[in-house]
Amino acid sequence: MIELVSGERCISCSICVKVCPTNVFDKGEDGIPVIARQSDCQTCFICEVYCPADALYVSPYAEQTVEVNEQELAEQGVLGSWRAIIGWGPGRTKIAAIDTTPFIDRILPPRTVRPQGVSEVVRGGSQTN
Amino acid sequence: MSYSAERRLIVDVLVIGGGPAGAWAAWSAATNGAKVVLADKGFLGSSGATAPGGTNLLYLPPDEEMRKLAVDKRMKQGGHLAEPAWIHRVLDQVYANMELIEQWGYPFVRDEHGTPMRDHLHGPEYMSIMRKVVKRAGVKVLDQSPALELLVDEFGVGGARGVSRQDNQTWEVRANAVVIATGGCAFLSNGLGCNVLTGDGYLMAGELGVELSGMEFTRKYAPSPAFGSNTRSRLLGWATYYDHAGQEIVAGRQGDFLAEALLKGPVYAIMNKADTPEKQAILRKSHAIFFLPYDRAGIDVFTEPFPLTLRYEGTVRGTGGIRIVGDDCSTTAGGLFAAGDAATRERITGSASGGGAFNASWAICSGTWSGKGAAAYALSHRSSAAERDLQPAGRYGLGTAPATSVVSSQELIKDIQSQVLPLDINYFRTERGLKTALRQLDEVWKRVNDQAPQNMLEQVRARETAAMAATARWMYTAALSRKESRSGGLHVLAEYPGQDDEQQYRLLVSGLEEIRVRAEKLPETGSDVVATGAAAASEGVQTG
Repeated sequence: MIELVSGERCISCSICVKVCPTNVFDKGEDGIPVIARQSDCQTCFICEVYCPADALYVSPYAEQTVEVNEQELAEQGVLGSWRAIIGWGPGRTKIAAIDTTPFIDRILPPRTVRPQGVSEVVRGGSQTN
Repeated sequence: MSYSAERRLIVDVLVIGGGPAGAWAAWSAATNGAKVVLADKGFLGSSGATAPGGTNLLYLPPDEEMRKLAVDKRMKQGGHLAEPAWIHRVLDQVYANMELIEQWGYPFVRDEHGTPMRDHLHGPEYMSIMRKVVKRAGVKVLDQSPALELLVDEFGVGGARGVSRQDNQTWEVRANAVVIATGGCAFLSNGLGCNVLTGDGYLMAGELGVELSGMEFTRKYAPSPAFGSNTRSRLLGWATYYDHAGQEIVAGRQGDFLAEALLKGPVYAIMNKADTPEKQAILRKSHAIFFLPYDRAGIDVFTEPFPLTLRYEGTVRGTGGIRIVGDDCSTTAGGLFAAGDAATRERITGSASGGGAFNASWAICSGTWSGKGAAAYALSHRSSAAERDLQPAGRYGLGTAPATSVVSSQELIKDIQSQVLPLDINYFRTERGLKTALRQLDEVWKRVNDQAPQNMLEQVRARETAAMAATARWMYTAALSRKESRSGGLHVLAEYPGQDDEQQYRLLVSGLEEIRVRAEKLPETGSDVVATGAAAASEGVQTG
């Protein structure tokens, strides 16, 4: 769930307010977005991809809130890390341009069983995936 | 009820939904000469199951033999309920559209021979390109603007009404053709990007009497971190599974091992089949989203066990949806089209899951076809939708109950989830279990109009709640009517373990108070509706 909007980093562009698919943020009076409906957050991480200021942190825990420490997250390089991996932002290479998905079939483990009714556990659902 | 929307627009085509299907539909309608509005609950570019992760595609070069093999394989996997001609259409259209995507700037990686490998798309990149293309085509995009109900007259649909939730404004878009591209229904199970998918379009279509098809093919769960949301799990192909005591869980031949193990206790996995740094690097750059929650939780997935759960995916990776009757994805209601997971995907997947490549390809194709069809339909009208005597068609979850009988949406959602999410009800399906669950859902249904939303956001949630209740009842009604277990694993009933050739038909459900079921013969054998098999089979599941 979304846990942090860094007031220090935020540039008040409101992009996160606009792009959040579940409308979690409200515009704050001071221009800094407020996490107004945290329980509606679907932990999709997309706000981080769009945030140009690396000011957001979505924790991996989808069903519970956790305490976070902005300074620690910054020091560990976590803030902005997902946007960096996706390759958005000036001077970065988009992950789409170095996508290795077409190659993963070349390193498949020897034996796999596909559980029925369970998604994508192994290759075999179609001729291409 | 007198009504005057604060924002009123008159166009040719309204597209409801801004995932891949809606984006392609809007682009297609606009490039075919229509004036188009696209309204999305969230944001065109970030909304839906595709945007946060990535997706595979049915991308095959136009090699006749290769394609025939692929089609034959799918026909078998899908219990022969798909149609070869439709799979071929999809292969053709995806190939063409991926060339377009590349022209629009998608940076496909090339192989050793310089051939672009266009069979996988990264979600954020793909959908941000689609947003640009849609806007460049002249489409007016209403973000954060969930549609609440369709507008209709005797000739069919003529637009929709909704709310712009960040401006606290109501809107009304009049359009002679409407494409429903609202996605499937995953019942707020917290799958990646899936909580916006609450079956809204099914309810809107259902209120017009439009049928849904294949709703029994909804037995679909995805592995996810027990603590997280990431239901993109293809990379678990490199995992070994363990129980709480560290004993390896051996994959059984039936493929039910994960669900069975989870009923007994916690399940863990380690990605130890990716046993070299090179392999690990390849996997990381393919499905980066897979690693994100584990990295953030401080778990090294290649060496440390991580807890798994199964999250229900409903019709998102299930197969059912709005019945389409034309090559242009038209429905039986005049002017109404359906695309993506909002539509049934049986024509290309049969009884098998469309998860991954099939659904993503279907979104592209059904979007393209429905947009073109909707444009042609709308432009053939002489009169503008502004001149039609249109009435709102919404009946459920829209009013305000008297204070004496108010129930909260949250309470109803919990009640719906308690019948739909559990593995022992919906994965290990039994006739008895589904009947009991359906009775509970009928009780929920009686209360959907007892919700009393106090503001616009609660109004949206109340409508979503009604849509989920309706979807769940259609699913289980269809499931109880298919007394067999069909290839693909998307529908089983313990009492009827085998595939029954006598049930080589599609099941259509319709109606909201009383749900009707009928069987539809496959087009190859004539499109006549047969009343015998399913009608008899469904007698015990009629609901009042």
